[in-house]
Amino acid sequence: MGYLTDSLMTAVELIFSFDREILAIVWTSLYTSFCAIILAGIVGIPCGLWLGITRFRARRLLITLLSTLMALPTVVIGLLLFGLLSRQGPLGELGWLFTPLAMIAGQTVLATPIVANLVLVAVNGADDRIVNTALTLGASRFQAAVQLLREVRFGVMAAIIAGFGRVIAEVGVAMMLGGNIRGSTRTMTTAIALETSKGEFAFGLALGLVLMTVALAVNLFFNLLQQR
Amino acid sequence: MQGIRTLFLLTGLLCLACNAFAMEHLRLATTTSGLLAVLLPPFEQANTCKVDVIAVGTGKAIKLGETGDVDVILVHARSQEDTFIDKGFGLDRRDVMYNDFVLLGPGNEASIEPGLPDVAAAMAKIAGTKAFFVSRGDDSGTHTRERQLWEVAGITPSGKWYLEAGRGMGEVLMMADELQGYTLSDRGTYLAFKAKTRLQIIVAGDPRLFNPYGAIMVNPQRHPHVKADLAKKFLDYLTSKQAKALITGFRAEGEQLFYVQ
Repeated sequence: MGYLTDSLMTAVELIFSFDREILAIVWTSLYTSFCAIILAGIVGIPCGLWLGITRFRARRLLITLLSTLMALPTVVIGLLLFGLLSRQGPLGELGWLFTPLAMIAGQTVLATPIVANLVLVAVNGADDRIVNTALTLGASRFQAAVQLLREVRFGVMAAIIAGFGRVIAEVGVAMMLGGNIRGSTRTMTTAIALETSKGEFAFGLALGLVLMTVALAVNLFFNLLQQR
Repeated sequence: MQGIRTLFLLTGLLCLACNAFAMEHLRLATTTSGLLAVLLPPFEQANTCKVDVIAVGTGKAIKLGETGDVDVILVHARSQEDTFIDKGFGLDRRDVMYNDFVLLGPGNEASIEPGLPDVAAAMAKIAGTKAFFVSRGDDSGTHTRERQLWEVAGITPSGKWYLEAGRGMGEVLMMADELQGYTLSDRGTYLAFKAKTRLQIIVAGDPRLFNPYGAIMVNPQRHPHVKADLAKKFLDYLTSKQAKALITGFRAEGEQLFYVQ
C-alpha cells in the first residue's frame, strides 16, 4: 500500500515541482512523438486513402501485409535502424545514432502502419457514393480523395491519436536508437526503464503517472480539435 | 457438468503432484550470470534445491533484497552493501571473489596512449581532450566506481562530452564504440563484447580498479519468509574450497575472470 501511495505522492510532486530535468524528459518525449506522428501522417494517411479507394489485384495482399506491420516489435525496428545508422551502416555518415533524429525515424516507422491501417478502416466504413458523386460532379481524383478525407476526418483523427499513443508509450526504439542519454535522448519511457533498473520502483511508477497525465493533456487537446 | 468436475479433479491432482515433487527454491539476485552456470549445479545437487537467479544490476538487486523478494544477493558495490546491512536489511556478508574494471577507449584513434598505470590520471586526460565518455549513469556498481574515480581525479564530469547513458554494460560498450569514446567496464563484459567492438584497454591493473563481490543474506527477522537455513548453506558453499576452485577455474574467452582472496 505504501508503495502505491508513495508513487502517487511522488508523481504529484514531480508534476508540480517543474523540475528542469523532468521537464526536459517530458519535452523530449513530446517533440519526438509529435514529429514522428506528423511524418507518419504524411506517409500513412495517403497510403490508407489509396488502399481504400483503388481496386487492384494485389490489394488484399498489401492490406494483409500492412496489418502485419502493425505487429512490428519496437526492438526489431530499433535493430533494423541501428544497422542502417551505425558507423558501419550505409547511413552512418549522417551521425544520427544516439540523437533524437534517430528516435524520430524509428518512431515514424512504428506509427506509419497504424495510421495507414486505421485510415483504411475509416475509408472502408465511409459511403461508397462520396467519391463517385464527386467524380460525376466534375472533381478530379485528387479533389474526390480530399472530399472523402473530410468525410472520414474523425476516423483519421482516431488513427493519429492511436499512433501517437503507441509512439509516446514505446521504449524499445527510444532505448536502442536514442541511448537514454541524460539531457539529450532520455524520454519518459526510457527514464522509467532506468529507474526500474536502479530499483527505484516508486519513482518509476511516478514517472509513469506523469506520462499518463501528459497523454491526457494531449488527448484533451485532440478532443478540442475534433469539436471545432 | 461431468467435464467440469473432471477438470477440477485433474487440476487438484496436478497441484498435489507439483507440491510433492517441488524442490525448495532459493532466490538469488545478482549482477553476474556466466559463472553461476558452473557454480550453482553442485550446490543444487547437494541440497536438492533450485537456485533461481534474477540477473539485475547492483542497485536493483539491493532493492529486491530490501523488499524481501529474494533470499540472497551477490553484488559488487561495497558502500551500498554496507548501507544495506547497516539498515538491517541483510546480514552475514561474505567476501566471495573479486574481478577488476578496465578503462576502455577507441581502438584506432585513441587520443590517450594505452598502458597507463594510473586510472585517475588517464580519466583526467580524457576530460581534457573532450572526447566522449559514456557513463553507465544507472547507480550500478560500475557507475559507483566510476564516480569515485572522477572524484580521485578531482573532476566533476559534465558537458557535451560526458554522456550519462542509463543503460546496461553491454549497451554502453556498443555506444562507446559507435561514438569512438571512452568508458569504464568490468572485464567480463568487455571480454564478452571484445569481438563485437573495436574498443581497447587503456588502463588495467590499477588497484583502484579491483572489484570485490559480496554475498549477503536477506535478514529473516525483517522478512520471515526468507529461507534462512538454505541461504546460510549457500553462503557457506560460496566460500568453500569447492566453490573457490570453480571460481578460479572459470574462463571467459580463454581468460580468468574472477579471483579469490
